[in-house]
Amino acid sequence: MSIDIKNLTKRYPGYTALDDITLNVQKGELVALLGPSGCGKTTLLRIIAGLETADSGSVILEERDTTNLPAREKNVGFVFQHYALFRRLNVFENVAFGLRVRPSSSRPSKSEIRDRVEHLLKLVQMDWAIKRYPSQLSGGQRQRVALARALAVNPKVLLLDEPFSALDAKVRQELRRWLRKLHDDIHVTSIFVTHDQEEALELADRIVVINKGKIEQQGAPQEVYDHPANAFVYNFLGNVNVFHGRVKDGKVLVGDQLIEAGHASGLPEASDGQAFIRPHEIGVSRIRSGENDLAGIIREIRLMGGQIGLELETAAFDKPIEAEIPRDIWRNLQLSKGDEVFITLDRVKVFTGDYEI
Amino acid sequence: MPPYKSNKRHILPGFGLSMGYTVFYLSAIVIVPLATIVIGAFKMDPQAFIATVTSPRVLASYRLSLSTAVFAALCNAFFGFLAAWTLVRYRFPGRRVLDALVDLPFALPTAVAGICFATLYSPVGWMGQYLEKTGIQIINAPSGIVVALIFIGFPFVVRTLQPVLVELEPEIEESAQSLGATRWQTFRRILLPHLFPALLTGVTLSFARAIGEYGSVIFIAGNLPFKTEIAPLMIMTKLDQFDYDGASSVAFVLLLISFSMLLVLNAVQRWQQKSYR
Repeated sequence: MSIDIKNLTKRYPGYTALDDITLNVQKGELVALLGPSGCGKTTLLRIIAGLETADSGSVILEERDTTNLPAREKNVGFVFQHYALFRRLNVFENVAFGLRVRPSSSRPSKSEIRDRVEHLLKLVQMDWAIKRYPSQLSGGQRQRVALARALAVNPKVLLLDEPFSALDAKVRQELRRWLRKLHDDIHVTSIFVTHDQEEALELADRIVVINKGKIEQQGAPQEVYDHPANAFVYNFLGNVNVFHGRVKDGKVLVGDQLIEAGHASGLPEASDGQAFIRPHEIGVSRIRSGENDLAGIIREIRLMGGQIGLELETAAFDKPIEAEIPRDIWRNLQLSKGDEVFITLDRVKVFTGDYEI
Repeated sequence: MPPYKSNKRHILPGFGLSMGYTVFYLSAIVIVPLATIVIGAFKMDPQAFIATVTSPRVLASYRLSLSTAVFAALCNAFFGFLAAWTLVRYRFPGRRVLDALVDLPFALPTAVAGICFATLYSPVGWMGQYLEKTGIQIINAPSGIVVALIFIGFPFVVRTLQPVLVELEPEIEESAQSLGATRWQTFRRILLPHLFPALLTGVTLSFARAIGEYGSVIFIAGNLPFKTEIAPLMIMTKLDQFDYDGASSVAFVLLLISFSMLLVLNAVQRWQQKSYR
């Protein structure tokens, strides 16, 4: 079931939650709405579900305008951040709820309801807990039940509002992969909201980056990550080092240091620019490998599991540079605090204009 | 039994002292006074006891007390629910004032409430003069007793429901709606079961309070034997006639009613919680 969102606008006193959003989601697609908190992504999801109303614009589900339908007529499955399970009902009754409240003309028979609920609970691997109450389940288990409950009514669209953010890191990752697999099996058109770029990159077919009620960029995860449209997107998709400077001869002048930047070549001469580079894109070595290398001193070493974080101080920049190198390299180089190293910054991206998160 | 001497140290000091104080206080305030009633009733000649509590006038007073209390409690269940819902769910100017007013029946001397009602519903009072024309009698009638009992029991329902309503997340209702439930289905299948234990507690408390209410009722009831005499008034009447035994037998039955109410309430709550916790 495709979703067509046209010129959707929602204003609250004091700020604009959604500013003329137009978005199309293909049938069977899994789309991530990614943005910082307060950017309007949850509002968008709630308007699609009919839990909130838009000031203007329309939501079209499979060629039917559903903008003004109440939530219960939209046939949309909604999964909440904090599960919102019915505490007084057991797992079976929670999942069966959407079927039981149907008018008697379209309500399935008791045995059909039982079959469907059992099937769904098997699908979310919760069939062992059929008689349990929500309070007896862990967060991850509750969210699975919530998902089964949302799927029970055969929704045209599945909407997930930060479904994993209340869970701890390990469970979150596990559930993320499991959801991706589930989606590959049942192919229900889905939109999920997240502020976690890793989650969006790993899970989605397509990422829609939203900031201040506007879509900044949309595309496949790899595409958005490799070719961010602007400074905001680049910054939001991971850790960055930012250097403020000026564009000169297709390079960026930061302090006294000219940094080679392929992307800066098309930029107007002498415009203000910011050079971005991700910590893991920075090369660190004991010997100078090119004339653009900077000399720096290791001020801090952080053990971060598989990666090693380095805080590097250079004469050229007033801010320390954050770099991340694999553990093996760190071991081979035998780096320690206070050592002098050479820093390669050849993968810098440059954007002009204001940027602010 | 060896003396209670624990080598496990409590993190909070002063257990012995505070426990002793609690036991002493409970005994002095609650257990001893109630025990005198029970002992007094048991000391009586059983036949005299039965004769007292089954005399038609006393029976009529029990019937009246129970029926008006039940009726008032049910009214409070409905209107208290509405009031709690309104105070929690909506934001409107004056909400805090209204919220504070709910406690007024707690704070107000019951005699003051009684005199208010008596004035209001007397044949020349603000409401009484119109009610008299329509033929509805409030003063000197069971309906007046119910009005007074609704007044004094109202805060119990509101105050027990409010915290439960506050903790009920709006997402619960939203998810019911998005699953296709109508407003009524959401209320009937999700909200009501959730609020029921608190509602039950509130209603029981207001019922128990209504059974024993004296001050506000006697002003409006007229206290006509067999018609508008409540059970606590029977105790008072018997004391006036120096019939201490009679008074404590009537009191003993009231005590039994209150006590069994508490037991039933506890049992129901246990049973309710067992199912989902």
